[in-house]
Formats: sequence, C-alpha cells, structure tokens
Amino acid sequence: MSDEKKLCLSGKGVTKVFGVGRRKTVAVDHVDFNFYEGEIISIVGESGSGKTTLAKMLLGLINETEGDIYFQGEKRDIGSHRKKKKYWKSIQAIFQDPFSAYNTFNKIDTVLLDCIRMRGGGRLPHEQKVAMMTEACSFVNLKFAELTNKYPFELSGGQQQRLMIARIFLLKPKILLADEPTSMIDACSRATILDMLMQLRDEIGMTPIFITHDIGLAYYVSDSVYIMEHGRFVESGSADEVILRPKEPYTKRLLNDVPKIYEEWDLSTV
Amino acid sequence: MKHTLRQVFQSGKFLIGFSIFSFILLVVIIYPRVITDPPLQIIGQGTFFPPGLYVNVYDSLNTPYYTLNLPNATRNRIASKLSDEDRQAIKEWLTAVGISEDQIDVENTAQLLEQWANNYDPTLRVPGMTNARRNYFIRLNSSLSRLLATEGVSIAVRNEETGELEEIGAVTQTDYVNASQVPNVRLLLLGTDNFGRDVLTELVVATRVSLLIGIVAGLVATSIGLALGLLSGYVGGVVDDVITFITNLFIVIPSFVLLILISFSIGQNQRGPITIAVVIGFTSWVWTTRAVRSQVISLRNRDHVNLSKLSGYSIVHIILKDILPYIASYVVMALILQISSGIIAEAGLSILGLGPRTTEVPTLGLMLYWAMIYQAHIFGKWWAYLPVLITIALITFSMNLMNTGLDHVFNPALRD
Ligand SMILES: Nc1ncnc2c1ncn2[C@@H]1O[C@H](COP(=O)(O)OP(=O)(O)O)[C@@H](O)[C@H]1O
Ligand SMILES: [Mg+2]
Repeated sequence: MSDEKKLCLSGKGVTKVFGVGRRKTVAVDHVDFNFYEGEIISIVGESGSGKTTLAKMLLGLINETEGDIYFQGEKRDIGSHRKKKKYWKSIQAIFQDPFSAYNTFNKIDTVLLDCIRMRGGGRLPHEQKVAMMTEACSFVNLKFAELTNKYPFELSGGQQQRLMIARIFLLKPKILLADEPTSMIDACSRATILDMLMQLRDEIGMTPIFITHDIGLAYYVSDSVYIMEHGRFVESGSADEVILRPKEPYTKRLLNDVPKIYEEWDLSTV
Repeated sequence: MKHTLRQVFQSGKFLIGFSIFSFILLVVIIYPRVITDPPLQIIGQGTFFPPGLYVNVYDSLNTPYYTLNLPNATRNRIASKLSDEDRQAIKEWLTAVGISEDQIDVENTAQLLEQWANNYDPTLRVPGMTNARRNYFIRLNSSLSRLLATEGVSIAVRNEETGELEEIGAVTQTDYVNASQVPNVRLLLLGTDNFGRDVLTELVVATRVSLLIGIVAGLVATSIGLALGLLSGYVGGVVDDVITFITNLFIVIPSFVLLILISFSIGQNQRGPITIAVVIGFTSWVWTTRAVRSQVISLRNRDHVNLSKLSGYSIVHIILKDILPYIASYVVMALILQISSGIIAEAGLSILGLGPRTTEVPTLGLMLYWAMIYQAHIFGKWWAYLPVLITIALITFSMNLMNTGLDHVFNPALRD
C-alpha cells in the first residue's frame, strides 16, 4: 500500500516570519511534511502555534519566508494570477470563523455561483446552475429555494459552515484545508459538520487536512497526525502511533487537556 | 443597503444636518431662478446701504395720495429725529445754563423744544464742555428745526423759460402712498456691500460657488486619498513605502502653508474658482490616504478576502467588491468633512487675498475679504459680513451633524 501512496503536498524547511527587528515573530519555523493523497491528515497545536499561518502558506494566500512547498511532487509555482487560479482549483479551504468568512454585501447565490464559475461553468444556462446549487445545498441539508436572495449573515453559524461545505461540494478540489471548521459553532452542529466533510471526502475523493487544537478530534478522524508547538512540528506519524504512544511532553500535555469523553481510549491503551 | 439608508435617516443628528443642508441647497437653486439680476451688478451709488425696503421717491410723488389719520404718526416722526439720547443731552444743556431739574420734562416734546429754543446759544461756552460735545449740540440744533412743523411741503418744478419755481402739488403730513402702487420698489434684505451690490443676491451666488469649490475640492482630495490609500494598503511592499513616504512629507508641511504657496505661485489671473478648488483638493488628501490605508491593511487579511481569492478573483475585483464596500461609509464621511473643510479653506485663502480672482464670481471668502478691506466690522455694517459668517457656519455645522449621524449608524460602538 505504501508503494502506491502519491504525494499531494509536501514541504521542506517551510518558514514564516512576521515583522522585522524586535517585533519579529517566527510563526512557522522550518517544518517538513509529506501529505499523501487519500489520507486524512491532522495538524494539532495550541492556539498561536502557527497552524493558520501554515494553512495560509499551503493555500498560497501568503508567501513563505523560507523553504519550499511541493504540489503533487513538483515544486509549486504560483507566481502569476493565472497559475494561482489553477492551483486554487485543486486546493480549497474552510475557515475557522464562518461569521467573517463571507462578504456581507454578497448574497448566498453569489457565493455559490462563484464556485460554478471557478469550475468553468460560468456560461451554463441559468436552470442548470440552479440545479447544481440546489444539489450542493441539499448535500449539506440546506434548501436552496429558502436561501436564494438571502445573505450569509442571516444564517446561523452551523448553517454558514454547511454553506462552506456546499461550496467545496461544487468546487470538488483535490485537497481541502479545514482550519478548525467546528471550533466557532455550537456543539450540536459539530458532529454534523464532521460527518458531512467525511461524506464529501468519499464522494469526491479529496484529501482533507484538518487543523485543530483538539487532539481527540484528530485521533477520531485522521490517519496521520502532525503535532505543532511554537511553529515547529514536534511529533508526527500515524494517528495511533502519535496519540496512543506519545513521545513528546507537549503531546502528552495536549492529551491531558482532552475532555474525559476520550479518556477511555487513553486508559485502555496505556 | 436600503436598511442602512433607513437607519441613516432615522438618526436625529443626520436628519437635522440634512434638513439644514437641503434648505441651503434649495435656496441656492431656487433664488436665482426667481431673482434673475446679475449677482455682481453695482446698483448702489455709495457703500453699505443698510438693509430695508427702498421706495423710489420720485415715483412716490406721482402715485395717488391717501389720507390716513394715524394716531402715532407725529410721535413716530419726532422720535425718528429726536432720540432718547438727544432728549437727555438737551436736559444736560438746560441744567448747565441754570434751569432747575424739576422744570424739565424730557417726555414733553413741545415744552422741551421751547426751552431749548429759548436757552440754546451756540456761542455760549459751558465750562468743562469738550469741543466734540459742542459740535454735537450744534448738529442737534440744526436737526431740530422744523421738527414740530405741522404744515406740509410743496412740490415745484422749475419753469425752463423763466427759471421760476412753479408749484405743481403739495404733500401734507397725513399723506400716504401705497407702496404696491409705486412702480419702483426694491427690497434689499441685506442691504448693499462696499461696491453697492445687493448683498443677498451676491450671498446666494457666493454660497453656490463656495459649495461647488467645496465639492470639487472634496472629490479631488477623497479620490486621491482613496486611490493612494487602497494602493498602499492592499498592494503593500515598495508601493506602500513610496506612498507612505510621500504622505509623511505632506504631513510635515502644513497643508495650509502649501495651499498659500501654490495659490500665490499660480498668480491672480489664473485663479478661477475651480483652479482654487483643485489646489485645495491637492493639498488635503493626506489624512484620507492614511485612514484608508490602515483600514485596508486590516481588511486585506480577512477571511472573506481570502475566500474571494480562492474563488479566483483578480486584485481589481477584490478591491472593488471586497474592500471598497467595507470602507464606503468611511469614505462618504471623509468626503463630507473634506467638502466642509474645503469651503473653509477657500474662505481662509480669500481673506489673505489669495482666493479666486474677483472679477467674475463671488465666493463666501471673497465677500469676507471685501467686507474686511472696507472695514465693515469697524463701522458696524454687520450685513456685509455677518450673513456670510452665518452661512459658512451653517454649512459646516450641517455637514458635521450629518457626519456625526452617519458615524453613529456605521460605528455601533458609538451608539448610546
Ligand atoms: N499577519 C500577521 N502579522 C503578524 N503576526 C502574525 C500574523 N498572523 C499571525 N501572526 C502571529 O503568528 C503566530 C501564529 O499565529 P496563527 O498561525 O494564527 O496560530 P494558530 O492558528 O495556531 O492559532 C501568532 O503568534 C500570531 O500572533
Ligand atoms: Mg488559527
């Protein structure tokens, strides 16, 4: 099986430094990683450990200060707008805070139509676009007929995050970076959102990269886990390896912070 | 959008400011359509005629006379010549020449004038009286002659052949003309200025020109500020460094000094109102640039911008659709402030004699300039400058009120 594994995203010495002089922050500090197609990957770390910064570099939204990122085994080239656009057909994101992720002046229709246009469907007949949007919405248990002509801020946090997933459903990217997709929404919606993401993964065959501060969640969903502390990957490997037999004190501390509900596994395996 | 507009118009402050401003605008638009006189026409021979209704005397003589026996007519006539101050002065003279106070009644006009006629002597030197006071009494004396006369006056024309005066009519003290029957009547609500021009008509046109200057200056300043701020904030890097450097340069030099220098170097002949407006605009974009830049910097890292990028949109689209709408309310507020400060800047320049050239159009600043040169404020000719000051104050006040109202709608943190 390991012979067949194809690299989709990897990095060598990827570093991001914000500011200069005394106000310098090393947000991401020489990280190496190999993400394989079809795997479910988690990046786990406390708040401020540099997860979002790394995600933005992977997405090509900000430039890395140092190091190289490889896309499908080749050095990533996103120098021009055209190349970026092509790259973004393959990699998409779900952001942490749905309330700030939408342009408040755009209707829901615009959000979804943008995705159809991104996939080259800008000139499709209107009925077909509506059909596609309806399908995407029903995938995440939303009714397009009720959403059309509304604004995203009229929805609840959970609904907004589901709309984000509908977006991904339309875009069908190869890689999805989900930056704490459930941390800002109510507990009831969390499981639904995760279920939908996993279902979407099966449906369109994408590689999801979960970013989370919740090591329990990472264990629950992922194949490989990267533990991030102060911008560095301190430990990585398969989920079982890292979480059931943690080597680093930082990982152990993260595990101790996990709410009791996950403790069963800890007790049964240690 | 509609919702925001409704909210804006529910703000009391905005509404008051908007009403005042609309009123000024309406006057500026409607007045010239009703009163079509050229605004800079010199109608008065002489300076600073006081406000009031001007009735042509010659025409009055040729309109029908009506006899009205009005009870207060005589009293009013005397009062207009003999003020309370004059009565006290008469009393002062009479006591000085030795008449006891209880014999003098300042309210009894006939007795007072008789005592005056019997006792006043221009050659008499009252001890301790200044020369100016003596001259005052001489003037007073001449104005009092015929004050109590009850007969009318004759109207006479000179016979061209004999050179004799021939009486053709008479006017008695109870004769009136109906002002609406006099063909030539002119209401000068705010009198005339130092050139003899109708101040009100001039003021209306000056307000229009000044508003235009303010709007052009505001648009120029806001466009430059917005363009540079967006570029500097969104693009960043070297572009940002260069723009920030230029902005800082402009901050170090006070914009008014720059304005004076530029206006001066343009020269009087080139300074039309629009030129002045553009110059004002060019010297006042700095703060808009800085504010827009800092807002854009905080916006460009927001996730909705990232989402737009991930949807494949170009920089131009992102700036127009994802940045501009978020700062639009701020830009509108900046524009309003720039307009009102543009109007004030023009006034400031004109007072220094560096405003638009004076031959074509009036501006609020130029009106103040001329009133000042002719010392209207020293001679108490309030109508030449006070209405101008009030207009400037009303315009800026209304705009600032609108701005505060907008601020309360757009910055919920300020709401109480
Ligand atoms: N645009 C930025 N400018 C300066 N510092 C930043 C910026 N973005 C993030 N940082 C800093 O980088 C560090 C990592 O932040 P982040 O990647 O958001 O962490 P996480 O997502 O793990 O909570 C933090 O110390 C943060 O203050
Ligand atoms: Mg984060």
